[in-house]
Amino acid sequence: MSILVYIDIANGKIKKSTHEVISYGADLAAATGDQLIGVAIGSCQDQLQELGSFGLQEVIQLGKEIERNAPAETDAWAIASLAIEKKATTLLFSHSLGGKLLAPLTAARLKAGIVSGVISLPDLSNGFSVKRSVFSGKAFAKIAIKTAVRVLTINPNSYSVKQTGGVATLITAALTTPSTRIRTKNIENTAGALSLTEAGIVVSAGRGLKGPENWGMVEELAGELNAALACSRPVADAHWRPHHEHVGQTGVAIAPNLYVAIGISGAIQHLAGVNRSKVIVVINKDPEAPFFKAADYGIVGDAFEVVPQLTAAIKKVKTS
Amino acid sequence: MKILVCISKTPDTTAKIAFTDNNTKFDANGVQWIVNPWDEWFALVRAIELKEADPGVTLHLLTVGEADADPIIRKALALGGDEAIRINAAPTESQFVAHQIATLVKEGNYDLILTGKETIDHNGSTVGGLIAGETELPFISLATKLERQGNTLTITREVEGGQEVCEVEFPVVVSAQKGMAEARIPNMRGIMAARTKPLRVIEPAETISYTETLQFELPAPKSGVKLIAPDQVEELVRLLHEEAKVI
Repeated sequence: MSILVYIDIANGKIKKSTHEVISYGADLAAATGDQLIGVAIGSCQDQLQELGSFGLQEVIQLGKEIERNAPAETDAWAIASLAIEKKATTLLFSHSLGGKLLAPLTAARLKAGIVSGVISLPDLSNGFSVKRSVFSGKAFAKIAIKTAVRVLTINPNSYSVKQTGGVATLITAALTTPSTRIRTKNIENTAGALSLTEAGIVVSAGRGLKGPENWGMVEELAGELNAALACSRPVADAHWRPHHEHVGQTGVAIAPNLYVAIGISGAIQHLAGVNRSKVIVVINKDPEAPFFKAADYGIVGDAFEVVPQLTAAIKKVKTS
Repeated sequence: MKILVCISKTPDTTAKIAFTDNNTKFDANGVQWIVNPWDEWFALVRAIELKEADPGVTLHLLTVGEADADPIIRKALALGGDEAIRINAAPTESQFVAHQIATLVKEGNYDLILTGKETIDHNGSTVGGLIAGETELPFISLATKLERQGNTLTITREVEGGQEVCEVEFPVVVSAQKGMAEARIPNMRGIMAARTKPLRVIEPAETISYTETLQFELPAPKSGVKLIAPDQVEELVRLLHEEAKVI
C-alpha cells in the first residue's frame, strides 16, 4: 500500500507547494504505515532525489525527456495507472493550477472520492475524514471519504514544510498516455517569478492609490518583503494592474502568512479571496473602512506617507 | 453547435454564513440565492455571445437541484439560452453532480460543455474535470478566453506563471474564469422571455456516494485590530517580527 504525491513541475522547477504536500504525505504515511511515493512528469531541472529530505521514499519520473511548461490533462491517465500499480490508497495533489486540472481527472479514472482544498491531516479515528475550506474561506467543512481510494488536493500555505533529511530512490520510466485532441499553440509568461497563491507574503493595493503610476512604492515594499503583488478588482478592471493580480471572490483566492492591504476598503467580495490569510495588515486613510474589522494590525493614515516609511523601516531592520 | 452550460445555485456573496442542526446543515434562513457568479459571468455569458455570433447555436442550461432551483435557472435563462434542464436531486457532493451531468452529456451530443471554475459556496473546482474524466472528453481548465472557428475552438487557459493558448475540435469540456466575458444584467425582454422558455425536469441517474459532509465549523473570530499610529511604522515592523512572527 502506498500514498502517491504528485510532484508539480512548472517551467522545469518543482513548485514550493509540492514540499508542503510531501510533508503532509509524510505525516499521513507515519500514521498509516504506507510507503510514500512521488510521481513527477516531464523534465525537471531540480534534483528529484532531494525530495527525500521532505519524506519521499521513492520518486518515479515519467517521460524525463519531455520539456514543457505546464502539465497536460492526459497526465492523469499515467498517474491513475501508477496508483493502481503501486496500490495507492491516497493520492495527494496541491490545490494549484496543475492540481485543479489533474486531481479530478485522476479521481474520475480511479472512481476515487475526491476532496479539494484540504487544510489539515485526516481524522482516521472513524474511517477517513478531512477538513476543507468552504464558503470562500468563511467556514470549514469536515468531509468523510467513503471510497477505498481517495484523492485530496491540499490548499497552498496550509501545511508547514518539514525537512527531515534523506534521499529518495529515483526511478525513471516512459510516459504512456493516450493521444489528446488538444494542441498547445504557445505559452506566454506573464506573472512575476513569485506565484501569488504560493507566496508567503502578499502586498496588495487598491483604488486608494489613485492611479497605476503610483505602484512604484508598492513594488518597493513588496521587493523588500520578498512578497508577491496583488490588487483589488476595481484596479484590475481599470487596467491599472494585470488581471492575474486580482485577488477576491472572482479573482485569485490566497492564504499567505501575511497580507498587506493598501488603500483597499475591504468589500466582502475582496475579503472572500483573502480571509484565509494568517495575518492581515490594513493601511487606509478612512478609519471606517470595513477592512479594519478583518485586520490584525491597522494604520489609519495616508498610504503615500506610510508605505515609503514602512519600506524604510523594514530595510533598517534587515540591515541591522 | 450545441452548448451545455452548467449552472449552480449559491448563496449571495454577502449572505451570512451560519449552520443549523448541530452544525450539519447550512442555515438557509433569510439567505438570498443567486446564480453562481463564475457560471453566470463567464461560462454563460460567453456561451450567449457564441450564440449571438451564430444563430445556429443551440444553448442548453443545466442545473442539478430540487424545485427551489427553478427561480435560479429562470434567472440564468433571462440572460439567454434556448431551454433549461433541471436534474431533480439535491446536489449533495461534486461527484454526484458530475455524474448527473456526464450522463446527460453522453446522451445529448453536446459540442461544448462549460462550467464555472468553482462555486462560491463549496469552492471545489472539481466538477469540470470529473465530467471530462467520466465522459473521456478533453478538458481545458481555468480558461480565460475562448474563440470559435467552425468546429475548432482556440482557448487560452491559465497555467503556472502565464497563459497557454491551445486548439481543440468539438466536443470538449471547459471550465471558465475571469477574462472569458463581461458580466451582463438581464433586460426586461429577457426576463419575460425566460418565463416561457422550456424547463425540462429529469430524474437523476443512480450512483454511489463517494463522500459525506459530516460537520461545518466557523473560524475563530478575529481578536480585533491593533491600531498603530501612522508615525509609528517601526512599531508595526516590530509587532510583525516579534508578535506575529511573519517577517
